[in-house]
Amino acid sequence: MSTHIGFDFTPPDVPGKVTGEIKYAEDYKREGMVFARLLTSPLPSGRVVGIDAREALRMDGVLGIFTADDLPPVAPPANPALASEYVSFVGQPILAVAAVTEEIAESAIEKIRVDFERRPFVVDPLESLSPGGANAYPEGNTLVRTEEEGPEGTPIRGAEIRDVKWPQSAIDALRAGKEPKGAEFTTEWSFGDLDAGFAEAAVIVEEPFVTIGYPHHSLESRTCMAYWENGKCYFHGSSQSQSANDNGLARMLDIDPANLVFINEATGGGFGSKIGPYPYMAISGNFAKRLNRPLQLRITREQEFYIGSARSGMQGWIKMGVKANGKVSAIDLVVVNDGGMTGAGSGNSSAQHVTVAYQPENMRFRGISVYTNTTPRGAQRGPGQNEMAAVLAPIADKAAKAIGMDRVAFRRMNAIDSDGFEGGGQGPVTSAFVREALDQGMRTFGWEEKKALAKQNGSKVRGLGVGIGYHGAGGRGYDGLVRIGTDGKLYIHSGVGNLGTYSYAGTCRAAAEALQVPWERCEIVRGRTDNHLPHSSGQGGSNTIFTHTRTNWVAAQDAISKLKEIAAQDLGGEPEDYTIGDERVFATADPSRGLSYAQAAARAIELGGKFSGEEYPDDINPITQRAVQGLAGSGLIGVAKDNIPGEGQPPGILVGFCEIELDKDTGKLEILDYTAVADCGTVVHPKNFENAMRGGAVWGVGLAAFERHVYDPQNGLPANTGLYQSKPPTYLDVNVETKMGAVNIPDPQNPTGGRGIGEPTQGAAAAALASAISDALDGHVFNTAPTTTDMIINHLAGNDYSTKYLKTNTF
Amino acid sequence: MNDSVNLQLTRRRFIKGVIFSGAAATSGAGVYLAANAQSGNGGMERLITLTINGRTRRVDVPPTETLANTLRYRLNLTGTKIGCNRGECGACTVLIDGVPNYACSVLTHNVKTKQVTSIEGIKAEDGTLHAVQQAFIAENAPQCGFCTPGQIMSAVALLANNPRPTKAEAAQAMSGNLCRCGAYEHYLNGVLRASGQIA
Repeated sequence: MSTHIGFDFTPPDVPGKVTGEIKYAEDYKREGMVFARLLTSPLPSGRVVGIDAREALRMDGVLGIFTADDLPPVAPPANPALASEYVSFVGQPILAVAAVTEEIAESAIEKIRVDFERRPFVVDPLESLSPGGANAYPEGNTLVRTEEEGPEGTPIRGAEIRDVKWPQSAIDALRAGKEPKGAEFTTEWSFGDLDAGFAEAAVIVEEPFVTIGYPHHSLESRTCMAYWENGKCYFHGSSQSQSANDNGLARMLDIDPANLVFINEATGGGFGSKIGPYPYMAISGNFAKRLNRPLQLRITREQEFYIGSARSGMQGWIKMGVKANGKVSAIDLVVVNDGGMTGAGSGNSSAQHVTVAYQPENMRFRGISVYTNTTPRGAQRGPGQNEMAAVLAPIADKAAKAIGMDRVAFRRMNAIDSDGFEGGGQGPVTSAFVREALDQGMRTFGWEEKKALAKQNGSKVRGLGVGIGYHGAGGRGYDGLVRIGTDGKLYIHSGVGNLGTYSYAGTCRAAAEALQVPWERCEIVRGRTDNHLPHSSGQGGSNTIFTHTRTNWVAAQDAISKLKEIAAQDLGGEPEDYTIGDERVFATADPSRGLSYAQAAARAIELGGKFSGEEYPDDINPITQRAVQGLAGSGLIGVAKDNIPGEGQPPGILVGFCEIELDKDTGKLEILDYTAVADCGTVVHPKNFENAMRGGAVWGVGLAAFERHVYDPQNGLPANTGLYQSKPPTYLDVNVETKMGAVNIPDPQNPTGGRGIGEPTQGAAAAALASAISDALDGHVFNTAPTTTDMIINHLAGNDYSTKYLKTNTF
Repeated sequence: MNDSVNLQLTRRRFIKGVIFSGAAATSGAGVYLAANAQSGNGGMERLITLTINGRTRRVDVPPTETLANTLRYRLNLTGTKIGCNRGECGACTVLIDGVPNYACSVLTHNVKTKQVTSIEGIKAEDGTLHAVQQAFIAENAPQCGFCTPGQIMSAVALLANNPRPTKAEAAQAMSGNLCRCGAYEHYLNGVLRASGQIA
């Protein structure tokens, strides 16, 4: 019977968050600390011809400048910390200035003269793909994977930027909502027989779509502070993850990971933009080393817009064939990704969403990601999947309507189950119970009852929507590390970052459950490398719950084995004669014969070897090996790599139901009801699960209705760098009451039953809202994410709305 | 919405008014251009006395410095967060004579005669957390936590004026505090819990 999993608790960092005592990277000071500021590009595209910093360097208090010459060269598509010759987006950092105060550093920036040559720029991928279109980089506009034959036939795989142009006819076709015949792609896959699938279809729906990228807007801009002592770098960074930073950051600093102490107790939001070390970390660490002073680089809100990463946009086309019984027989999908200056596209993930949400019998995906002179793009909460969910939902509704099927029934017909597949490779999933989630959601939301209600009320019209969100939600093969101290307490060492989801804490409950230790007798050890933290996954991809309940479980199992071995050594018999309970290991046949955990820990130290961490398994990661070495001799050590057998992708799936009221006079919509039901295995932490549902819904509203990049196409300047113009949802833009539930069927490949759910919470809400907007307007398909108020008003007024030509980033 | 809320400006409107009529924010160092401040640098006394969390503090502050900067970097009261430094997010919300203000949009010299309360100043002398803090813990309300101190200060001010707000009233009153994690509903539940409306 569960004692910890499925019960509420207060994660230990919550009190510090309400008192303001918990420290973020920017809250740390150090004696002698100096400050760096960035000089950024005013141009979307150009070449740095010269830098004259003489006047700045003569200023009192200025300590030096730091340029790309101080860092190893980085070629695209990598995102350089500082631009070298070419700048490729407005806001790209060119150099940093350090001074004794931030004000002096800022003043010094103003004294530096940078001479540029302008280059042509482009902010819209289809413009770049058009004949004669500008390229974001001098070498071209898209990244192409290459493979050459190397010595002894070994392939040498690489990548290079090439100039890809489509025939004008293909551009015109895509903008007209047709297949872009003759277009070149860089990614393609298919399964089944597409033509046969469409031949079987009773209905074929064919639509263009566009989604617009937008920044993460983490509320804590990515401050870093670093100092060096005796060859070690102590690095305070804002990151979603903890030990997943170690190797990459050490490489940036050109040190052995053993000489890095990464400190990250709390992080002010990341949403995918701070999963691992980001380029700008290299500035703080290396500049601090050069100056031999603690150095803090605190960037502005505007700079966070520029360098804080953003969701990729899509311009695409989809053709969906549906059989008379509602089964999706074929899907043909084309995605042109807006990759910004890093070229990162998530088209394949978008296609993956399509496979999971509708399990098509036959499918083809073709994609290309195009560089634009806009901000770097990277993972943002359900990258690809969630924006696809938003534009696909109304298209799926259209298909359901065409065959006369209820929209929920249509999704139910095509829902993935435990025998289903995900992605172009049609790989297995660990388990899936989406039909159960849809049924539960329908009941909670009152789908049938709401369908029967009147739709129009004066100028206001009601709309109902349903959506599915999906993300792969779990990894394998990481390490767990626990220690039973001589005080009898269980110390759970976690290399998981604290990004605000509390999964770091929820996953530690697996060790407490396995070892049957009351939570108040457990302590989570985390937050800085020198706390001896194991190799853990990055906190992205909704993976932590699945991944690290498993690692903590296996570490606890190792501890249990050692407890039993120690008891058998001291008290006689075989290890299997013993059991655990009440913080003791005791003979099953005679519970009075046993050791307390505290006594066993003391004996582990006396016995040494594997019992107290002097020896450890061969297969644990070097990061974990260092952590165990640091703990050796301090208690009974449980350490193991997650080798739990199994295969398949653990899916995180959410279904959302939305009811809105849309004012046809103003285009304003109000969310009357939102219900979410998750298929995420066992719910590990109910209170936190509820909050994840709510927070994801807010993100879904932003994706479906508000947030977008806006660049001036004439000058390549971003128009909404601030929060106010960029419009992340506020209290007044979202529903104040979310109903939620979970199927709560354990995943068979996790000892605690859990899978992740963070990202799909946004996708389902976005899809449900988009579906509801379409329903309110008699099934009109906007094919846009976001669908903003001005688009709605223009549609109602009979005007073209702004994305008719699939423009992304621009207007 | 009841009258007590109707009579109040939303936080965002209030702050917008401050910005458009007052000084212009610079990029990020927490300093204002003093174009239309009460006086320029010349002759202004830098060493001023502030009343912060009920204690008087002598601080050397340039006339162009914002209260957020002074709290964080001179008084080490780092619970006040700077999310945008331009009056858009509310992470730096403090109470000035009981009224919530964005500390990034207030010059420190302008609060010399005022009572300033930051997140560090709302718990009781014996260390007991404020009812809003307790309720936010019970609701597990913070996510990343960066906006939480500002949210709490707005909630404290709301409950001082309206001890039993509806959820919609609370949403209105706190609408000047952005939360990128989307923890709005958890915060509203925290407000209702603090006001005794849910247990």
